[in-house]
Amino acid sequence: MTRRQLARAGYNAAAALVLLVTLFPIYWMVATGFKRGVDILSFEPRWLPVPGTLENYRSAIAKPYFLQDVRNSILVVLATVLISLILAFLAALAAARFNFRGRAALIVMLIVVQMVPLEALIIPIYLMLDGAGQTDRLAGIIVTYLTFVLPFAIWTLRGFIVNIPEELEEAAMVDGCTRAGAFWRILFPLVAPGLVATSVFSFILVWNDYLIAYVLLRSPEKQTLGIWLASFTTNHGTEWGGVMAASTLFAIPAVVFFLLVQRRVVSGLTAGAVKG
Amino acid sequence: MRAVETRPSSRRRAAPAPRPPAPPRPGARARRWRPLAPYALLLPSLLVLAAILGFPMYRLVSLSFQQYGLRELFAGKGTFIGLDNYREVVTDPFFWTVVVRTVLFAAVCVGLTMVLGTLVALLLRNLARPMRVAVTAGLVAAWAMPTLTAISIWQWMFDFEFGVVNWLLTKLGADGFQQHNWFDQPLQGFSVIVLVVVWGALPFVAITLHAGLTQVPAELEEAARVDGAGAWQVFRHITFPVMKPIFLILATLSTIWDFKVFTQIWVLLNQRPSRDYFLLGIWSYSESFGVTRYGKGAAIAVIMVILLLVVTSFYVRQMLRAVGP
Repeated sequence: MTRRQLARAGYNAAAALVLLVTLFPIYWMVATGFKRGVDILSFEPRWLPVPGTLENYRSAIAKPYFLQDVRNSILVVLATVLISLILAFLAALAAARFNFRGRAALIVMLIVVQMVPLEALIIPIYLMLDGAGQTDRLAGIIVTYLTFVLPFAIWTLRGFIVNIPEELEEAAMVDGCTRAGAFWRILFPLVAPGLVATSVFSFILVWNDYLIAYVLLRSPEKQTLGIWLASFTTNHGTEWGGVMAASTLFAIPAVVFFLLVQRRVVSGLTAGAVKG
Repeated sequence: MRAVETRPSSRRRAAPAPRPPAPPRPGARARRWRPLAPYALLLPSLLVLAAILGFPMYRLVSLSFQQYGLRELFAGKGTFIGLDNYREVVTDPFFWTVVVRTVLFAAVCVGLTMVLGTLVALLLRNLARPMRVAVTAGLVAAWAMPTLTAISIWQWMFDFEFGVVNWLLTKLGADGFQQHNWFDQPLQGFSVIVLVVVWGALPFVAITLHAGLTQVPAELEEAARVDGAGAWQVFRHITFPVMKPIFLILATLSTIWDFKVFTQIWVLLNQRPSRDYFLLGIWSYSESFGVTRYGKGAAIAVIMVILLLVVTSFYVRQMLRAVGP
């Protein structure tokens, strides 16, 4: 074997290892979710879910509060994304299209604010909401999610708007359109993909949260799906089939949405970063 | 046609020049309001952010100077006790254990994520197309997994009785991994936690670095190789300097994320980690919500934020230097 072939073989072996480490855990979750109890609790691992069963999924869905918590999660995510999108679009418009006093300060603030760990702010937020009687209520948690979704959404949307040439709006205004009309008829349709991407990112941020929902929502019928999943793991520790089925169900929406926008994450971060 | 609208285009518009009062024309009212438009657009967001972000930040600091327990919670008002909370925290030997542990944990996670991420990114560049697509797909799949899903997967793989990891290690001839509980010993427990954190963070770093690598001019690296530079030297003197801004951004983000790890530890240890597993974030949480000493919890949180600022300011300064004046 030549040196070149040897190197190629080495690279491929390393690649196979990376594939194994990234994909095997996911495969193992899906496979376990379809296995019968006896095959899960076997000292010699059963690599394939054959013969398979849907029993684990049935039992996960039938667990108390599953459907209720799905409903809560959808409600919370939709409300958070919608509110932050509307507010963020207006603010991003100002930050991207107008020159005004304090514009630089605003942009610095948006960056700094995203560095403040919410893990630290959860104490005062809890006490505030508790004083207002809003703990254990979905309204309280929606407001709390806005603390990190809103700055993120303004920042991301601003990036999308800056990339749309302003000349298009100016042309519309030359033709007699008002400024607001130009925003609405020209900019808005062009920035629609950006709005979709921003809402998907926001969705994933909210869907991934654990701490805030765990602190703020105490009663089981008010909780979100993430809390349901985590308590499932604790309370039914040995029932791995059900846990894996539940984890798969929890992952599906996040994965689907993530695949829609994944390319934009990377291009957003690297575009111009090297060339400065 | 109105004058304002035929003005030559410019990205940064000057405020309209003051003009003598003219007979009211259509549109005059709109023009007078124009300088206020950006503020009007910003107002809703700023109001919301001030209420839900600004006020809690202020409240966190003020809380850390207060005695605030269950009694104060019912009364809705704390008593000012100056620096007592901070004094109590800093004089507790446990505090230094936790600080060292938190910094060490973050350093190990960030270091592993960055080094392995770089290696995978470089590997991707050296693969033939089909293999490269496959590895990228694997990374994206792992990246897409929500944290809570990843936690329960690894919890299952490290299960003491039927976990596939113990089986594999036993199969490979390692002793004492039958019925082995990984969380009995904090060092082993933390290696599982580091694994879960790095597994979740690696794909983002590797894929971003790989995207960045495509922007490194190939001629430069080629020239260095012709001049007899080895792989390490090419990376050290050509690739790394060109990619430095991306490395800095990724290292900053990773530090911020790994410094405040909470969920992974909390859920992996069944929502009641022993003090051996406390990092600053968990300690602050448990002082506040476990034993209802919100003032002390707030003081720990403030210390955590300050530490994080100190650590990240190093990167930020580097980043500013990289971008130039």
